[in-house]
Amino acid sequence: MSESLLEVNGLVKHFPVKRGLLISREVDRVRAVDGVSFSVAPGETLGLVGESGSGKSTLCRAVLQLTEPTSGSVRFEGREIAGLSRRAMRPLRREMQMIFQDPYASLNPRRRVGQIVGEPLRLQRVASGTELRRQVQGLLERVGLAPEHYDRYPYEFSGGQRQRIGIARALALRPKLIVADEPVSALDVSIRAQIVNLLDDLQDEFGLTYLFVAHDIGVVRHVSDRIAVMHEGRIVEQGPADRVCEQPSDAYTKRLLAAVPVPDPRESRARRADSRA
Amino acid sequence: MSKPLLHVDDLRVGFATEEGWVQAVDGVSLELAAGEVLAIVGESGSGKSVTAQTIMGLIRSRNASIEGSVRFRDRELIGGGEAALQRTRGAEIAMVFQDPMTSLNPVYRVGSQIVEAIRAHGSEVSTGEARRRAAELLDSVGIPDAGRRVGDYPHELSGGMRQRAMIAMALALEPDVLIADEPTTALDVTIQAQILRLLERLNRERGLATILITHDLGVVADVADRVLVMYAGKVVEEGTLEQIFYDPQHPYTWGLLGSLTRIDRPRPRRLPQIPGAPPSLLDLPGGCSFRPRCPHEFDRCPRLPGLEGRLAEAPDHLDRCWLAPEEKRECRQVEGRIGLQEQA
Repeated sequence: MSESLLEVNGLVKHFPVKRGLLISREVDRVRAVDGVSFSVAPGETLGLVGESGSGKSTLCRAVLQLTEPTSGSVRFEGREIAGLSRRAMRPLRREMQMIFQDPYASLNPRRRVGQIVGEPLRLQRVASGTELRRQVQGLLERVGLAPEHYDRYPYEFSGGQRQRIGIARALALRPKLIVADEPVSALDVSIRAQIVNLLDDLQDEFGLTYLFVAHDIGVVRHVSDRIAVMHEGRIVEQGPADRVCEQPSDAYTKRLLAAVPVPDPRESRARRADSRA
Repeated sequence: MSKPLLHVDDLRVGFATEEGWVQAVDGVSLELAAGEVLAIVGESGSGKSVTAQTIMGLIRSRNASIEGSVRFRDRELIGGGEAALQRTRGAEIAMVFQDPMTSLNPVYRVGSQIVEAIRAHGSEVSTGEARRRAAELLDSVGIPDAGRRVGDYPHELSGGMRQRAMIAMALALEPDVLIADEPTTALDVTIQAQILRLLERLNRERGLATILITHDLGVVADVADRVLVMYAGKVVEEGTLEQIFYDPQHPYTWGLLGSLTRIDRPRPRRLPQIPGAPPSLLDLPGGCSFRPRCPHEFDRCPRLPGLEGRLAEAPDHLDRCWLAPEEKRECRQVEGRIGLQEQA
């Protein structure tokens, strides 16, 4: 048994670019993920930052085997999962869950909250009937919603509350790993801190391990123990969160950090003067 | 400061919806002078975008009611009819939107869209001249190889280049006022920095007055001269950039500033948060709208405080909170690191 919960080695996901009508042939490939390696220890948060098109979402999907990697290895608790069949993956799905960016698109509008959150429990035959209801209501309370919300529909909730519903669903099967893909970027500023703090509390309470993906390096630094910076399908730098932010070594990381606006007018002015000089 | 170009006075915009009356903008007043950048900060439902759209004359629904006054160079724009608006829009006040992909027409070349904007306003220019002007504009907003790029379709440009093209189009008729509604929210930070520098240059070089609508206080700190903080349709605080960041007076502003993550400071163990969620405009609490989320609520709050200068030393710094200035300083200390830079 290795020490890491998740260990990714040389992971590659290329998408072929095809031409030709009858005989289609590959003319090029998009190297979305191009040889990525990292590991995440149990209870740790690894933050993954990168700009749009850097491959971070594809990486998430490849790690969770939601898209089949072109090559490379993904080990979960020491066991190789890259290339496992859907059937073989099914029991492992309980262990790894995902939280999505857009709480408006990731919840079925026709289902009641109770059904949405209870779905994983039902599918994995963990609970049913009144026991299912009891468990779901417990989850709703845990994420800051009320048990009465069980019978409501997603449209009755604000963005922040919807994200809480998505978190309750991800939590339902008591997973070990949660992959959160931009979980707060669609939320209002005043709600963002609430969700970040909630994820923090849940990590302590359930011993969760997070792969936290976002383009906002400020948020990523706040939640992460370590940060990996992704650029053009590769990780260009990884290390302890404070070290990466305070003493970046890679040129791209430096550029990224320099572009983050500082919410402090005097410092912001000083920085602009520096960059002009 | 020079005489204001744009005066908005007690603007009220409401909508009749199936669920009831929504007062989206509730008594907003502002002034904007040439070369000035005014930031309007707020969350969804704060009324910041509706304010901007009303100034542009873009709120025309039959369910909408607009009261108050919007004056550009002493000419009233509210109720002035379509012809008057047509004259103003684009030529005097232009707008840039958040998502350039939905505001550029995908089936026309970028250059043609700029040419159309120039010619639609009846300026007597030949097509060739208009095309040359389009290329110049693209060049002036930093699009490389602009002469060739005029022939590109929007999808052939990257997100940052598209936003530049949008700005070029907005500048086509040399407006005096630019309203930018979340112009960098859809962009990566490295591209955002370039667009902000571009806006700054346009301000400096052309004296362009800008209303910047954003939820991002980092962007505000970077480019704004003055700031309006909006909450539930009302302005809750107004002041200079320094006043808002270093001596904020309204508990909502404290909350916004406190919940920011900063990469240039040691991180707090826990992120300070504002409890609850922005209120529904269909069901606002009486008095101060922020009251249900405010940790400092007391017996005066069920009555709406006016937007007033409450600081003897800074009468132009306005806020809508009943707490006395010294009480505010105390509360702010308790809340933590907000506005503490000044003492440091």
